[in-house]
Amino acid sequence: MNHNEYLPFRSEIKEVMKHTDIEYTFRMAYEGDVKPGQFFEVSIPKFGEAPISVSGIREDSVDLTIRRVGTVTGEIFERYQGDSLFLRGPYGNGFDVENYRGKELLVIAGGTGLSPVKAVVDYFSDHIEETNGMTLVAGFKTPKDILFLEDFGKWKQAMEVILTVDCADDDTACQIGLVTQYIPGLKLKNKEETTAIVVGPPAMMRFTTQGLLDIGLKEENIWISHERKMCCGIGKCGHCKIDDTYVCLDGPVFPYTKGRKLLD
Amino acid sequence: MGYLLGLKEINEVLRQWNKNFVIYAPKLIPDGGAFSDTDSVHYGEVTSIEEIVFDRKSDFSFKEILLPISETLFYFTEDSVMEPATPEKQAIIFLRSCDLHAVKRLDTMYLHNGAEDHYYKRLRDRVKFILMGCKESYESCFCVDMETNRSDDYHASMDLSEEGVRIDNKNPEWDELLTANCTKQADVTPSYVTETETRVNIPKSLSLDIMKSTMWNQYDSRCIGCGRCNFVCPTCTCFTMQDVFYTDNGKTGERRRVWASCMTDGFTDVAGGGSYRKNNGQRMRFKVLHKVYDYKKRNGIHMCVGCGRCDDVCPEYISFSHCINQLENGMKEVTEHES
Repeated sequence: MNHNEYLPFRSEIKEVMKHTDIEYTFRMAYEGDVKPGQFFEVSIPKFGEAPISVSGIREDSVDLTIRRVGTVTGEIFERYQGDSLFLRGPYGNGFDVENYRGKELLVIAGGTGLSPVKAVVDYFSDHIEETNGMTLVAGFKTPKDILFLEDFGKWKQAMEVILTVDCADDDTACQIGLVTQYIPGLKLKNKEETTAIVVGPPAMMRFTTQGLLDIGLKEENIWISHERKMCCGIGKCGHCKIDDTYVCLDGPVFPYTKGRKLLD
Repeated sequence: MGYLLGLKEINEVLRQWNKNFVIYAPKLIPDGGAFSDTDSVHYGEVTSIEEIVFDRKSDFSFKEILLPISETLFYFTEDSVMEPATPEKQAIIFLRSCDLHAVKRLDTMYLHNGAEDHYYKRLRDRVKFILMGCKESYESCFCVDMETNRSDDYHASMDLSEEGVRIDNKNPEWDELLTANCTKQADVTPSYVTETETRVNIPKSLSLDIMKSTMWNQYDSRCIGCGRCNFVCPTCTCFTMQDVFYTDNGKTGERRRVWASCMTDGFTDVAGGGSYRKNNGQRMRFKVLHKVYDYKKRNGIHMCVGCGRCDDVCPEYISFSHCINQLENGMKEVTEHES
């Protein structure tokens, strides 16, 4: 009997971390190979499946940061306590930390876009000596929307961090403005060699990558991650196809040289 | 090995096959057409040669046998999942050359694009194909231009002729039965067409620049996004997951996959309300390029097999072959625009 990739396994919810009213991180029991930027198909019987990217990796668990936006995620928020979810995966290529090791790394994330790249930030935050300097620029809509606030303190000790919000309604510690406006002022050692990861909504990625090219970063040193709602995760259902590329198989992480051609 | 059989004898062969195989073939559905007093031809189980429609193109393809419209992946109880059993009988599918080429397209997606698909594989392994020869092409067929008018990798072929049924058998397990029932052995080559009235030209210069052409705009209003073209297509393979729970016991149910269409709303929805390709013209562009451009870039063969069923079924009389033939002008438009 050949392997049946569609059968999910039950995974215990070990911990829930609430970032905002609609964004929680679920720490799920999981032991096995997994890379930052990969995703799991998360399901609750009766409500269906949704692809959720991995935001943290531990020996016996993975973090899945879920935003309450649909039927499946709504149900997960309603009934998670002391419970478990069904998972299958991980799927997709994920980020390969080898691409950034020994190099200067710039990570620019918009909103929940921080989630797929967070495990890369975590890794290099713990092993900052493996990089040639690192900068994180993270933008959110308002202070209330900030994810992983408690992690920013830890990251600041290892790397340059710019935490910004589009608009602030009270006096907060973070800066105000879109992530793109910080690009010209970035203190980078050697822009010809700097590697960058850009993840966020499509418009944010477009303007941010353009900004990076404008200050002299090379196309081939930039990586992006695309978002699609994959039904199967294994190159069959067709929902994530762009041109001849299946985001679930060939991505979701792409070098910019390929990713920029994926227009829809 | 080639055989000639009378009608009575071929029915005996079908009867014998029926012991181990469910036989699927195009069947006439009286009054099943889109208009009053018209028939349609669908795939269904048959037990005799008389039931099989040889003189018309089937309105739907064989696809639903390998890829059911709604397929249960597993049953849920409160804390376990259970896979449904595989059908006991094997299957024989009667199909034409274009559709046999379509099987290759399905195999490419379901066996080779990423991990092997468990549910497709278990049905696929149980199927034998009988090629139905085409003496003439039908309205809207363009198999010759898509190079799908001939097939060699069938288990057997069948052609109706005045002297009876002509069979070319390639499955050694069937030789004994056919020898016992045949009028005579003979050299048999399945008939195939060498020209079609509908022609298509896929420009060699075709590139993604065609996305910028205004040729797609006409479909914004003409296409109603119903997805019929996807459902009759023998090579469309997309699906969506669906969870169903039983009303008598809300804690048990099943997860299914059901056919999906890239022409309908909802196909590209992502979390938070975003979606791609909101206009029907852009959906048409996505579908057409998949069929005659990007599938080939990835897999080496065109996805479209030229059966023309999408032309036949469209309630807005949109012709897929005509759209392909506009690509050349579309390319001219975008390249002239640039220079």
